[in-house]
Amino acid sequence: MTNLTTNYVDHILPPHVRKHPAVFWVGVVLIAVALAVMPFVLVANSMTAWVRITNFAILFVFLSLGLNIVVGFAGLLDLGYIAFYAVGAYVYALLASPHFGLHLPFWIILPIGAAVACLFGVILGAPTLKLRGDYLAIVTLGFGEIVRIFMNNLSEPINITNGPKGISTIDSIKLFGMDFGATTRIGDFAVAGLVKYYYLLMFMLIIVIILNLRLQNSRIGRAWEAIREDELAARAMGINTTSLKLLAFAMGASFGGLAGGVFAAIQGFISPESFTLTESVMILAMVVLGGMGNIWGVLLGALLLSFMPEFLRYTVEPAQKWLFGRAIIEAEVLRMLIFGFAMVAMMLFRPAGLLPSAVRKRELAPQQNDGE
Amino acid sequence: MDTFLQQLVNGLTLGCVYAVVALGYTMVYGIIQLINFAHGEVVMIGAMVAFSVITALAGSGLPPVAILLLSLLAAIPACMFVGFTVERIAYKPLRAAPRLAPLITAIGVSIILQHLALLIWGRNYITVPQIVPTQSYALTASANSATITNIQIAIIILSVGMMAGLIALVYKTRIGIAMRATSQNASVAGLMGINVNSVISFTFLIGAALGAVAGVMIGSYYGQAYYQMGFLLGLKAFSAAVLGGIGNLGGAVLGGILIGLIEAFGAGYMGDVTNVCTLNQYFPGFAGLCDANANSSLLGSNYKEVYAFVILILVLRFRPSGLLGERVSDRA
Repeated sequence: MTNLTTNYVDHILPPHVRKHPAVFWVGVVLIAVALAVMPFVLVANSMTAWVRITNFAILFVFLSLGLNIVVGFAGLLDLGYIAFYAVGAYVYALLASPHFGLHLPFWIILPIGAAVACLFGVILGAPTLKLRGDYLAIVTLGFGEIVRIFMNNLSEPINITNGPKGISTIDSIKLFGMDFGATTRIGDFAVAGLVKYYYLLMFMLIIVIILNLRLQNSRIGRAWEAIREDELAARAMGINTTSLKLLAFAMGASFGGLAGGVFAAIQGFISPESFTLTESVMILAMVVLGGMGNIWGVLLGALLLSFMPEFLRYTVEPAQKWLFGRAIIEAEVLRMLIFGFAMVAMMLFRPAGLLPSAVRKRELAPQQNDGE
Repeated sequence: MDTFLQQLVNGLTLGCVYAVVALGYTMVYGIIQLINFAHGEVVMIGAMVAFSVITALAGSGLPPVAILLLSLLAAIPACMFVGFTVERIAYKPLRAAPRLAPLITAIGVSIILQHLALLIWGRNYITVPQIVPTQSYALTASANSATITNIQIAIIILSVGMMAGLIALVYKTRIGIAMRATSQNASVAGLMGINVNSVISFTFLIGAALGAVAGVMIGSYYGQAYYQMGFLLGLKAFSAAVLGGIGNLGGAVLGGILIGLIEAFGAGYMGDVTNVCTLNQYFPGFAGLCDANANSSLLGSNYKEVYAFVILILVLRFRPSGLLGERVSDRA
């Protein structure tokens, strides 16, 4: 584990912490305890809604880490990322709900969902990855729309997706005989379903982060970085650029599919409404804001942007009501405006993100006569 | 056959609008190799501004044609202003940056424009007052003949006029020579005394003006406008530009009209072609479905939005340079 810290966490730590590993570990333990106790404190103070918000924030961290593989590591702009999330969610919903009367267990469906999403990624990526990046961007944008249109319309003549009405009463996750959808009682102590999901998600988050850290510094991760920086040079070094780009695309897609499955299980209801272009853009904004290619940056960006709308709802709307007597700018609209401005401002003033990765920072600095 | 003629008319009308929007994409791309994602939003703002003007003047007693002209006169400068500002703020500082950067700002800008429009014009579809009464003209002598409306005629004439004007501008004027020179090699054009920055700004202005007119046309055609209307329209127009060969003006026109026709014929015929009862003749097994509902199609008109994307993907796969394009774009 010490290896892990020196390799991956070092560059974000201040020097005096870096010199004393003990300080680092004390910090880690403190954060871990705080995160472990947090849901109970929230529930005890009747702020259960915030546990739910945190759960969805963690899901968005999954998604942004998945998109980070595509955009951050490999430098391919994917604007239809939500489609893979949708595929994962629909696979889970169809295989574990009364809609088809199927109730397969969670740990069987989740890999299926990831595999189907991966397949979609390959189908989309294979024809387009040879082309230049901006074509890929627009094709993925179109792909996201196609998937949504199909989800909306595949209720006729054979009802597969139940159309705009969506699929409801999706099974909750059941592991080791424990139902994550219901409250568990240990003596007098009640643990709500949401809190259990929180721990499950935290556990998955740790695994996902470790996977990503390992991936970034692996042979594959370094190859992606090389492709991103200079595709021609990478190819000259013997890297099979097309297949590695396809791999990035497929991996990102499977992460999206996994997150989608968990989303469907937690939410219990999905409809095409949840998978619009807005969501794709939001995830991209998270990756861009935090720092493309830097896992900790992306984590920060995702958390910031997922808590922001809730924060705005509780501050900006009441403030406007107090000032003007009504909400002139709804929190939802304000959030999107902030996303837009954040994307433009980040690219103009700090293109490498809030927590830039060292390589990315060097690379995104303007150069003379680029690419011509 | 009347369905055929009717879909031909509808497809041509829609195709002309797509072509005009696609010209905006293709000109900008030709000059600075940038996909101006925000162009669809410029079209949307054109439609919205025109609607505000039409709604405000609808009861004023001015002749309808004058109101329409005034709405165009308001929409064009508004869109030019938006296009110019976007280029100056979001694209110009990033001209030397890696390609990912201006793409991301372009998306940011289109999100901003959409939600500013939402704040100004609201979340719902806006219905335009019908100031010019729609008149239909029969195209054949039969009783249920295909028709063409006065709005469709106006759209087609206006689009053809604008395309001709644009081609004249690019190939016959000094600024057109400057534009073509810049698109071939910006730095050498600069050495020849061309002010590259103003040429690029000019290109954005022209594109935005075309977008404004397209916005007014599509708005009056459908009779409504919506703050997200620019997104799908922009994507289809971009597909049209790619189909024709991006950077190529004639290609954008050809691609636009083809996409319009494909969409119209797709909407008109795909439903019948994929009707489960028809399919049952060739692939038995749909009989049960056919009995339950004789009109159920596998790919009905609900899917008409999909065709443009499918074409885009196919073109990129098999002929990335488009129908009329010369350069194969494979630069990363």
